[in-house]
Amino acid sequence: MTTHMTTQRDNAGGSSFLARLGNLDRRWIFLAMGLSIAVPILLKLRFPEYPSPMSRATFDAVESIPEGAPVLLSFDYDPASAAELQPMASALVHHCASRHQKIVFMALWPLGKQQADKTIETVLKPFHPEYKEGVDYVQLGYQSGNEGVIKLMATNIPAQYPTDASGAALKDLPLVAGMRDLSSFKLIASISAGYPGAKEWVQYANGPMPDAFKVVGGSTGVQVSQLLPYYPHQMEGMLVAVKGAAEYEMLVEGKYPIAQPEVIGQGRVRMGPQLVAHLLMIGLIVLGNIAMVAGRSRGGAR
Amino acid sequence: MLQRTIPIAILCLSGVIMIVAYFVSFAVSWSETVNVWFNILSAVAFVLGAGNLLAVNLEKISSRRPGWAYAAITLVSFFFMLVVGLLKLGAVPDPKNPLVHFAGDYETSASPYGWMYEYVFSPLTSTMFGLLAFYVASAAFRAFRAKNVESILLLGTAFIILIAQTAAGIFLTGWIPQDSVFAVLRFDSLKVGITEHIQTAGMRAITIGIALGVAATSLRLILGIDKSYLSKN
Repeated sequence: MTTHMTTQRDNAGGSSFLARLGNLDRRWIFLAMGLSIAVPILLKLRFPEYPSPMSRATFDAVESIPEGAPVLLSFDYDPASAAELQPMASALVHHCASRHQKIVFMALWPLGKQQADKTIETVLKPFHPEYKEGVDYVQLGYQSGNEGVIKLMATNIPAQYPTDASGAALKDLPLVAGMRDLSSFKLIASISAGYPGAKEWVQYANGPMPDAFKVVGGSTGVQVSQLLPYYPHQMEGMLVAVKGAAEYEMLVEGKYPIAQPEVIGQGRVRMGPQLVAHLLMIGLIVLGNIAMVAGRSRGGAR
Repeated sequence: MLQRTIPIAILCLSGVIMIVAYFVSFAVSWSETVNVWFNILSAVAFVLGAGNLLAVNLEKISSRRPGWAYAAITLVSFFFMLVVGLLKLGAVPDPKNPLVHFAGDYETSASPYGWMYEYVFSPLTSTMFGLLAFYVASAAFRAFRAKNVESILLLGTAFIILIAQTAAGIFLTGWIPQDSVFAVLRFDSLKVGITEHIQTAGMRAITIGIALGVAATSLRLILGIDKSYLSKN
């Protein structure tokens, strides 16, 4: 009898604890999340990545264009999403430069130009010093107009960009002097965090001239569902969030090693915290549901 | 009268030109002109946005509404960046034109504008984005409950995607041979199945619906049936 009562009390105590867990102070959750991100960063945890079909398709799309052909890289994001998108942008620039593609940088987001500048300074100039501005690469910078910019470039690039970002006339820059419209490019890549971005590049550039060039995109995790309908036909490849960047980095570095791997290894570095944070999220969801069930059974017992 | 007729006429003409230019090559140059106007107008929208920012924040400060100090900080920051950027204060002289102040580089972190961008704006916006992780974790703990069949499906999908988006997916199910009949149970295969089939099918339906809606709304605007964009005055 006593044993039975003790067991009942223990059970009640256990379910009471689980029920109270439902009202856990959110500061504990914040602390756990902070630690799950900070510890893997400090310990430099790295895990092997296996390229998904989308990341491989992006790599293959770049590989399939002739070496030295012009490519357009549109930086359609700002510093807020740089943690997620900059690793793929860096890997993409290294990939294109390793194949000696002529690179034209531009931005549909006001601060995208600064992100492109940063990539030029940290990837292109140190690791591909043979690249000369105006000859091998051009920074067009940002122009307002969102999809209007793409529409005008589709038929008349000089009308949209009479000069590059530094003010030099396009006709004086050998790389872009003869370019009339977007069909001058063999590949267009948009690294985007939302509107305007990869979706608009598909709709307004690839739509009117589907066979003129290939389109690939990189996007944040939350935006990817909007782009999925366009893969793999209108958009040949897609890099999805940090994982996509990490997978793409592996493919690029496997074929085109770089002197300082950490420069295009940021995606893989960030996968450590992502793994632990995701596991924490799963644990929290499970705990929350256990607390809900415990709360219900406790309510039912009463 | 003119306040309504002229905007409708401009919209109608622009819309017709854009449609015709898609099918008829001689109208392409007209559509380019329309596009140039559009892009200039969208640049003017920045000025309108700045005006609106001023109006909203000044009103907040003058009426001492809760949080007025944040409005004051917003305006001080806005004017600081505006003045430093427009006047290129502290810009690094251009080696080719060292005597021309406005030829200097104001975006490098050696100038006040570039420094503020690199060391204040960038970290702040990244922090704002990073804070989402904490709130999502808290919200997931409190709201992600298996209360009915729909929420159980949602939970199951979330688990698969969360695991498959990390190396944990490979650790757990990577041992299943890719050419076996059980390969569909691998987390990476499940993720591909969910995203490329279920999610894409749903998103395509939504996209087609949106496209039809946009086409219908555009036609209503071009034909002057929908005038909701005009001022009521």
